[in-house]
Amino acid sequence: MNLDKQKNAPIYTALQQFRRKRVVPFDVPGHKRGRGNPELVELLGERCVGIDVNSMKPLDNLCHPVSVIKEAEELAADAFGASHSFLMVGGTTSSVQAMILSACKAGDKIILPRNVHKSAINALVLCGAIPVYIDPKVDKNLGIPLGMEIEDLKEAMNKHPDAVAILVNNPTYYGICSDLKSLVKIAHEHNMLVLVDEAHGTHFYFSENLPCSAMEAGADMAAVSMHKSGGSLTQSSLLLLGENVNASYVEQIINLTQTTSGSYLLMSSLDISRRNLALRGKESFEKVARMAQYAREEINAIGGYYAYGAELINGNSIYDFDVTKLAVYTRDIGLAGIEVYDLLRDEYDIQIEFGDISNILAYISIGDRIQDIERLVGALADIKRLYSKPKKNIFMAEYISPTVVATPQQAFYGEKISLPIKETEGKICGEFVMCYPPGIPILSPGEVITKQIIDYIEFAKEKGCSMQGPESEDISRLNVLKEDF
Amino acid sequence: MNFWFSEHHTDNVKMSIKIEKHLFSETSDFQRIDVFDSLEFGKFVTSNGSVIFSEKDEFTYDEMIVHVPMAVHPCVKKVLVIGGGDGGVARELSYYEEIEQIDVVEPDKLFVDVCQKYFPDNACGLQDSRVNIYYEDGLKFLRSKTDEYDLIINDCTDPLGHAAGLFTKEFYGSCYKALHDDGIMVYQHGSPFFDEDEETCRAMHRKAYRSFPISRVYQAHIPTCPSGYWLFGFASKKYHPLKDLDAKKWNDRNIKTWYYTTNLHNGAFMLPRYVEDLLIEEEN
Repeated sequence: MNLDKQKNAPIYTALQQFRRKRVVPFDVPGHKRGRGNPELVELLGERCVGIDVNSMKPLDNLCHPVSVIKEAEELAADAFGASHSFLMVGGTTSSVQAMILSACKAGDKIILPRNVHKSAINALVLCGAIPVYIDPKVDKNLGIPLGMEIEDLKEAMNKHPDAVAILVNNPTYYGICSDLKSLVKIAHEHNMLVLVDEAHGTHFYFSENLPCSAMEAGADMAAVSMHKSGGSLTQSSLLLLGENVNASYVEQIINLTQTTSGSYLLMSSLDISRRNLALRGKESFEKVARMAQYAREEINAIGGYYAYGAELINGNSIYDFDVTKLAVYTRDIGLAGIEVYDLLRDEYDIQIEFGDISNILAYISIGDRIQDIERLVGALADIKRLYSKPKKNIFMAEYISPTVVATPQQAFYGEKISLPIKETEGKICGEFVMCYPPGIPILSPGEVITKQIIDYIEFAKEKGCSMQGPESEDISRLNVLKEDF
Repeated sequence: MNFWFSEHHTDNVKMSIKIEKHLFSETSDFQRIDVFDSLEFGKFVTSNGSVIFSEKDEFTYDEMIVHVPMAVHPCVKKVLVIGGGDGGVARELSYYEEIEQIDVVEPDKLFVDVCQKYFPDNACGLQDSRVNIYYEDGLKFLRSKTDEYDLIINDCTDPLGHAAGLFTKEFYGSCYKALHDDGIMVYQHGSPFFDEDEETCRAMHRKAYRSFPISRVYQAHIPTCPSGYWLFGFASKKYHPLKDLDAKKWNDRNIKTWYYTTNLHNGAFMLPRYVEDLLIEEEN
């Protein structure tokens, strides 16, 4: 990384110069620097609406960058150790979809973890590729899905040597990392591209003490949520490319679905955040890691909570752990994570990232202060004092290998009928059935419904698992495809 | 020379004090602290541009937050003061012989140092041999304390600043846990007059009322506070602020005060209708 060059923020600078010129706008957007919408100016401020402008020569064009946006993308590529980068304005969903659409065509196979984000499945609906799922191992105590194991990938490759790519979630929402370097090595030996959903790992690029990043591991593409740990505005994201990927083809793919009116608020926020990360990221994330570690120690000292960290590492499905993540197992005080999540918001005015059946996740970032950490810890201590209940054991759903017979695209567009679940054996499922914990689908669109699966759904329901996805909320019926494949 | 300090009490109201001299300005990890000398209020200290106290009116505040609970609780031995780095509260507490221990928890050492230099009349309170100062976050300090104190005084004034954690449900809950079965907590309750302060004031009562069996509010007139009108909260596990007031016992102590009297004690709990109404709304 060239630190001297990283001091520049070309889009930011171009916007400032543009503002000083006081150009009279006879172009879109029609609010004309906010004059046509005073309420919006009151809400967002004059500076903000003043740079909500259209693409034009001095500000470049996101669809085919040649000047300041191109420079900003080159700087981002340099900062993240990538061969090429794209500024993305449709969220990390658009980055994930661009990766998949670039790697696969209709009928191609792609290897994915079963608990892949829905943005990836939606990309398969768009392009007609065939998913090959890998069972993410689950931590039975915590009820969370883990990383991708080497042996599982090898097995999937042997069964499907014609797959064109693999997709890895790294890190997971909970901070679990896979052995990315080895996964890349094996995939490349089999001529498969490696795509990494790195939505929760922007910070990996800016600290030596954090897990290996996708570009460092040699991955071919990575989707990076700059708006999560990177500090940019919501909906802004980066797509990073390695050296084996054709950037102009990826640009064409992006332009299939991307807006032709890219927001300069989003692009400038990416530009400025990239500069901050390059210049100050290391110290910022060291501070974040210290705060998270402090919070873990204090929460564990309360008793009854388990704020887990690097001690989970097992060399395989938990190859590494992102210590900036603060996930806490809450079931030992007799409360589900979602109950603690609701109490924190309703009773203590604290909004955390999420709560699941057994855990909560508090997002710690460069914007946090130690006094706020004290509030979170204090609230957890108070919740234990006031609301704890006897511990109840919970049932953990098991993994059933799916049989994919129709592509997500065929299943999405295929005609469907609703049947009582008992009559669906042998049919092809038209919807998702997710079971929490640990939040891994039992069925996805295009998969055969077997007797084993029907029995398992009934069994898991009886055991109190939370089932989500199907139109019929009590899962008494399922939508299945009319047609056979 | 025309040199004025101004503090916005709302977007449309400001209080200004003519300044003789700007004595000190420095920013700690927590706040920017300034000390000014003025003709009308003497020396005063500000945090991020808001007056914390002045030489002229600090007696009101320090007396009201200490003597009200001390005249109610029959035997206070151990007191915790959260904030209070200036020493004014500790000074008032030091007049009571039965108190054995005064723990003062102030996160910002710079504030203590500044007060020692510029406000020796307050800071002398911290010299008492019964006082221990802890430079720590109040919430953190409280977390490990159970059934330890007779009285907790929350001396922090700004519910929206760096001490926001001391006006939360978790704080009141931690105080409840740290108090003995007959313990009392008093705290700054803000000013209910201006619309934008009203919700904070309501929220404080809502939280304290639900954390303690007895929760009453009392008032004082403090010129440098927004609208010059200030409330305090009295939250208690056992003693009622009026029914359990032992006026004779307190008067026999012969403590020299400028604001507090046992007559005023009773009056301070008699609130204006609009304040009473908003508190009752939060109780239901």
